[in-house]
Amino acid sequence: MRLTVDPDKCQGHNRCYSLAPELFDVDDYGYAHEIGDGTVPAGFEERARLAAANCPEFAIAIHDDVQTDPAVQGAGE
Amino acid sequence: MSGHHPPVSDWATDFDHTDEVWAADPFPIWDELRETCPVAHSDRYGGVWLPTRHDDVSAIAYDTEHFTSRSIIVNEGRPLAEAPVGIAPPISSDPPFHRDARRLLLPAFSPKAIAPLEPFTRAYCHELLDALAGHHVIDAAAEYAQHIPVRVIAKMLGFPEADADQFRGFVQDVLEGVDLPPEERIENFGRLDAYLTAQVQDHVDHPRDDLTSYLLQADIDGQPLEPSHVGGTIALLLIAGIDTTWSAIGASLWHLATHPDDRARLVAEPELVPVAIEELLRAYAPVTMARLVIDDFDYEGCPMRQDDWVLLPFPAANRDPEAFDRADEVIIDRAENRHAAFGLGIHRCAGSNLARMELQVALSAWLEHFPDFSVDDVDRVRWSGGQVRGPRTLPLRIA
Repeated sequence: MRLTVDPDKCQGHNRCYSLAPELFDVDDYGYAHEIGDGTVPAGFEERARLAAANCPEFAIAIHDDVQTDPAVQGAGE
Repeated sequence: MSGHHPPVSDWATDFDHTDEVWAADPFPIWDELRETCPVAHSDRYGGVWLPTRHDDVSAIAYDTEHFTSRSIIVNEGRPLAEAPVGIAPPISSDPPFHRDARRLLLPAFSPKAIAPLEPFTRAYCHELLDALAGHHVIDAAAEYAQHIPVRVIAKMLGFPEADADQFRGFVQDVLEGVDLPPEERIENFGRLDAYLTAQVQDHVDHPRDDLTSYLLQADIDGQPLEPSHVGGTIALLLIAGIDTTWSAIGASLWHLATHPDDRARLVAEPELVPVAIEELLRAYAPVTMARLVIDDFDYEGCPMRQDDWVLLPFPAANRDPEAFDRADEVIIDRAENRHAAFGLGIHRCAGSNLARMELQVALSAWLEHFPDFSVDDVDRVRWSGGQVRGPRTLPLRIA
């Protein structure tokens, strides 16, 4: 699973950073960005979804990694 | 004070957000409008529109092309200050100026800048509560909630603590005097102006490590800020941070006083407070913003005219069943909560991190001191109307 913060949509509400500081950081102005390349470590998937579901600006996208499931591999191509 | 206007005859065509009926219980008004007339209009205040659906409130909040923030408090006059700066930047500013004015302020209110203020805030809450120990009835609005944001913003700005009572008077002039004649309103503003001029001069003469001195030293593209910009921004910080947060703290205590199960749960599970405050902010969001229509414009079939007001009732958006499950219920551990209590889009409340910290600390400290309480006299509870709604008198009986 990967997540991304859309910098054009983020207005610095800070909901994601307070719910999941392992996955998000904020800059000096309070705007959020994903940590690293946004890969969600194992065990943090629920937190990632919760952070996305609490963003008032709908700025967080979750990209489920279909490749890890052989049954659906290639289904989206 | 409000109360100068005739009674409301019909909420869809003649609403008045300062009316006592709205102040006491606006939820049924918004629920009905959402179903029957989702963008209501009133001829009062020279023409004002009221969207009540989350979709419309957010669409207008995002639309800086058709709506200006030049003035954000609906009143009988129209602002003299010009776009894009407005009277109190950045809240009154439009793009592109808005971005620079806002970026000046944001570092002072970022999560990492606010965290160090928490111990001071906590100690102050406990100090207030210690002084109230032994009282059987406490006015939680006047004796507790209102003091907290006043003290914190005075500390941030570097203004004398002893002036706190004056600040509350200024807030009342700006936010509650909206249906006064414009001349009287302007006269009231003069008091705030004179006070700020003296404080700013004192900081010019004696610079120190606070937000006022920071603004005086700040620049945009190498140009120092105009004195009117500094004064306007300080007025904004003083006005915007006080009765908004006071309202949120008071409304939260009102909810817990009237919902013993939620109160008992927070006493038993103090770690739930950060989740609970988001739900209390959703359900009792204090702040409604406003915009002015830039040019005649048809919004979803509504013939909006230049200089019409548009209210942005974030509290109504937060109760829209299209946007929230069980929108009319307070679910104290609601996990998914995209509420708009701090606004949406480029004008998201710059002080939201500070407000959240104060609300969380104020509630936790209260529950530690007074785990069991109820409303003492329901008839004495008084809510403010207008664009900042919260309890102004809240007598609570301590068990």
